[in-house]
Amino acid sequence: MATTYEAIATVTVGAGGASSIDFTSIPATYTDLNVLLCTRSTDTGLRTDIKMTFNGSSSSYSGREVRGADGTVSSTTSNTTYVDMWRINGTSTTASTFTNHSLYIPNYASSNNKSFSIDDVLENNSTSSFYLGFAAGLWSNSSAINQITFTCGTGNFVQHSTATLYGIKNS
Amino acid sequence: MPTTYEPIATTTLGSAQSSVTFSSISGNYTDLVLVSNVSGSGGNANLRITLNSDTGSSYSTTALSGDGSSAVSNRSSNQTAMLVVQTGASLNAAWTTYISHFMNYSNTTTYKTALSRFAAAGSETTANVHLWRSTSAVTSITIATSTNNYASGSTFTLYGIKAA
Repeated sequence: MATTYEAIATVTVGAGGASSIDFTSIPATYTDLNVLLCTRSTDTGLRTDIKMTFNGSSSSYSGREVRGADGTVSSTTSNTTYVDMWRINGTSTTASTFTNHSLYIPNYASSNNKSFSIDDVLENNSTSSFYLGFAAGLWSNSSAINQITFTCGTGNFVQHSTATLYGIKNS
Repeated sequence: MPTTYEPIATTTLGSAQSSVTFSSISGNYTDLVLVSNVSGSGGNANLRITLNSDTGSSYSTTALSGDGSSAVSNRSSNQTAMLVVQTGASLNAAWTTYISHFMNYSNTTTYKTALSRFAAAGSETTANVHLWRSTSAVTSITIATSTNNYASGSTFTLYGIKAA
């Protein structure tokens, strides 16, 4: 029986950190994509964001996020030049604590606009600073997604940050 | 390596229609995952999930959603379907992502629960927990809209997950 959930590529940030994580030359041979990230930044605050783009494009993004942050629930929209509905631990949060994110993109190689969902959780040993968010996104572009780039909003991704791209086949 | 995540069936709509049913689902898995990439046709549509063709008042849903300006939590009990979409205009011409996990779907002892995520960038992002008050094993899943249709090109795939 065919393997339907396959790891395409994994990035592990090495010593010195990295400003971005990039998956390139993504084959169009799957039905859906799922990216799981575990990241932390060198930003000196409690958290910064991640800026995500597809195929190097800087246009046609939209989205809505609902989040529980620091004890308050709210909702916001995405930037249109990149997807910024992610948060990531800064160095003011508990040491060795990384944010978990999941990105799911169905039909990433189709000619329709690309819908996707994002879940992320940022933990911190604190009674006042923490984050849980989930988002809906859309890239209004008919091109197949062949590149996904995650750029740290402020600072760099720290060493040991990881990202794995999975491909999922529906048959 | 054992295969633990398997596609059971997939449907791509060749024309607009109002429902899709996965039937004769075997009890060979532990959990089910339904992944949909769907758009409305003819106007706003919605997502109503029924199991085993049960259209009685057997379902409840608790939701947390955001529309970009405010976050709300909704509760719906004694419904005739699992209600995925929480706002009135969520599933129109834009493409959306709907993913639902049905846990321990084939046991005949407990009521069935499901977790779902609905991502509609133009209107809402929602997390739901659903309950179907039945001890029957889930053998069919119907995804339907009560208004308008799902657009041609909408896809629905059912996966099975096996425990070790």
